[in-house]
Amino acid sequence: MSTHAAAVECLGVSKSFGPVQALQATDLTLATGTLTAVLGPSGCGKTTLLRAIAGFERVDGGTIHVSGQAVAGQGLHLPPERRRVTIVPQEQALFPHLTVAGNVGYGVRRGPERDKAVAAMLELAGLAGLGDRMPHELSGGQQQRVALARALAPQPSVVLLDEPFGSLDAALRDEIRSEVAGVLRASGATSLLVTHDQEEALSMAESVAVMRSGVIVQHGPPQDVYRRPADLWVANFVGRANILAGRADGAGKVECALGVLPLVETIAAGPVDVVIRPEQLQLRVDPSGATVEDRRYFGHDVVVGVHLPGGERLLVRLPSADPLPVGSRVTVSSREPVLAFPAAAR
Amino acid sequence: MALAGAVAAAALLPVAYLLVRAGGGGWSALADTLFLDRTARLLVRSLALAAAVSVASAAIGIALAWLTVRCDLPGRRVWRVVAALPLAVPSYVAAFAFVSNVPTLTGFLPTFAVLTLLSYPYVFLPVAAVLERVDPAMEEAARSLGDGPATAFRRVTLRQVRPAAATGSLLVCLYVLSDFGAVSILRFDSFTRVIYQSYQSSFDRRPAAILGCLLLVFTLGILVAEARTRGRARYYGGSRGAQRRPPLVPLGRWRWVALALPVAVAALALIVPLATTLRWLAESVRADVDMARVGRAGGGTVTASVLGAVVTAVAAVPVALLAARSRSRVAAFIERSAFVGHALPGIVVALSLVFFTVRFMNPLYQRLPVLVFAYVVLFLPLAVSSIYGSALQAPPALDEVARSLGKRPGEVFRTVTAPLLAPGVAAGTALVFLTCLKELPATLLLGPVGFETLATRVWSATQAGAFGDAALPALLLVAVGVVPTWALTRRGRTTVS
Repeated sequence: MSTHAAAVECLGVSKSFGPVQALQATDLTLATGTLTAVLGPSGCGKTTLLRAIAGFERVDGGTIHVSGQAVAGQGLHLPPERRRVTIVPQEQALFPHLTVAGNVGYGVRRGPERDKAVAAMLELAGLAGLGDRMPHELSGGQQQRVALARALAPQPSVVLLDEPFGSLDAALRDEIRSEVAGVLRASGATSLLVTHDQEEALSMAESVAVMRSGVIVQHGPPQDVYRRPADLWVANFVGRANILAGRADGAGKVECALGVLPLVETIAAGPVDVVIRPEQLQLRVDPSGATVEDRRYFGHDVVVGVHLPGGERLLVRLPSADPLPVGSRVTVSSREPVLAFPAAAR
Repeated sequence: MALAGAVAAAALLPVAYLLVRAGGGGWSALADTLFLDRTARLLVRSLALAAAVSVASAAIGIALAWLTVRCDLPGRRVWRVVAALPLAVPSYVAAFAFVSNVPTLTGFLPTFAVLTLLSYPYVFLPVAAVLERVDPAMEEAARSLGDGPATAFRRVTLRQVRPAAATGSLLVCLYVLSDFGAVSILRFDSFTRVIYQSYQSSFDRRPAAILGCLLLVFTLGILVAEARTRGRARYYGGSRGAQRRPPLVPLGRWRWVALALPVAVAALALIVPLATTLRWLAESVRADVDMARVGRAGGGTVTASVLGAVVTAVAAVPVALLAARSRSRVAAFIERSAFVGHALPGIVVALSLVFFTVRFMNPLYQRLPVLVFAYVVLFLPLAVSSIYGSALQAPPALDEVARSLGKRPGEVFRTVTAPLLAPGVAAGTALVFLTCLKELPATLLLGPVGFETLATRVWSATQAGAFGDAALPALLLVAVGVVPTWALTRRGRTTVS
């Protein structure tokens, strides 16, 4: 078998529930020591993928290796307790009858080293001194860290996090996300985060796999996924995007409602969809130009809706100091080269 | 899953055999019993009693709930607890109390009165729980839309109460149809009494089987009707979170008049049985009662009840786990299992087990294991509903986490599932134990020869007119019955709705 450093390697994994094909020959490789996010809309199969890696679902086809050892494949289904794969489930699922230390130590082998390992883990997760508490006596953020510490304590090959922040309220979520990312980094663990929240995936993970209808459609560093989406669907799903109809000239330029724009990458001549992120656009006052229809103020920036003379509508993200009132006339231009996909893809 | 199915199948098998037995003589034999005038009259009598008690219980239950929850009734908190206590009195004890004071109290009206006094808490508890939770904002909205206080109560609040009252009344209806103690002592020929007599007196036991099936058809029909009404009656959930308490209705001068209702009910349902029992007890002490016999009955009661409770609780564990973990119809059905329990009258279960053991397991006929099995069939729903709450505390996600942390399934059950189920299993065992103590018809039919429990002792002594002998067992039973009633009162405040 392969001896390379992949912590998890899924090859052609498929899984159906009756007529619903949740995973269709899915490939995914997690590099050791990294945090990878699987990002996709609800029902795309990402949770099924996680459960297949953990061993809670039996796969129909394909193989899964954990640290080079085959755990699922043709006629093979290693039970969850023998995979060295731990999970942090959606609602944390702390054992309500055990103390914090009891929860964290649950998966650690009995022995003289156990107490030491638990203490070290509590320290790492910022839970020092809370070992004797019961789970219900903790705040939401502390419970989250206990669930994480419990999953990390047995030093698994990989930790799976299944939408772990969904149950937290928005104010708390940001803070806990960065805490969790910090603990994961400090522990050096390999981890897989499943989420439908693109902001969460982009901000936490070192690598993002975008999933749609049981297939990984793009896998790369967050900035690549955002700036160079693989197709129009990914562009729309990961962050906001303006889409304009245009025509490529086959020589690195495209003509659209904003005039002739340079392309990031030359594509064949013909009709295309031009993708422009709101923050790539800029506005200049021009009495004969487009009209500012509305503006939404977010504090750190402001998003204005602009109605072009041709009827198209664009969203433009500006620094919040920009004082353009609704009704202003402006011209819109792009700060940088743009992306385009052949129009047939729509 | 498979275990839960096995338990359910075992519980239903004897009853299924009863159907076979009833149909065994062919259609003409069936028709001979079914289309007798006597059967028609029996049907009318039983249903009339059930309907009358249900209506009267609803009236008393709703009135008491309103007075104790929404009005400034003097001592309303105390009355709220007192009003639930008649549940603790077994029907044969109340019947014994009335008949031993006035031996001519027999027939429809006394039976109606005794059963109403004992069963109205089935309406009172859920209605009081709903009244307590009704959001005053709803009534305030009605007021702001132009309703007076009385109109707003009638148009808004009473509507919220209606599903709970309907559910409670149906429970009363089932209680009356399956009651054996009161009707047999007060000599009212309803289904259960006639079934018992027909079983005891004639060599051909098929008529008893047929009547048992007929009774089952009616109780199950009521159960289905209940499920239907409940399906549409989801609208009184109210909002979550901390709520304001609705303001109390000032009764003014009527306070003392209103007080007459709880006082009268408590006097008839609690004081009369208690005082009568104590009076007979005092007399029997002088008359040198056979204490050894009471002691033996007590021992028999404890033996049978402990066995019944433990076996029932063990059997209930897989069923409760299945119910808590699947979102299927099974789970919904089991959530209503309190009703299922009442829909299987003790006399019918006992009868079916008599037939079943005689035919298939003759050596066990009238032996303790069969009685214990009857307790399991009768009280399994009670145990399941107790354990169900704990089973919800042990969702499959916990098992999965434990597995991923390296524990095998057996270890997971031992270290996670079992500790979480323990409180529910303990409560369920206790509740079933206390309910077994009071069980009468199955114990009467299935108990070994010469075997007595406190319940059968009260019943047979009363039948024989030896009221002094009934007093001590009756008193013990009432004392013991207060505990499950207290549990039910607490449950009524939180979940019965």
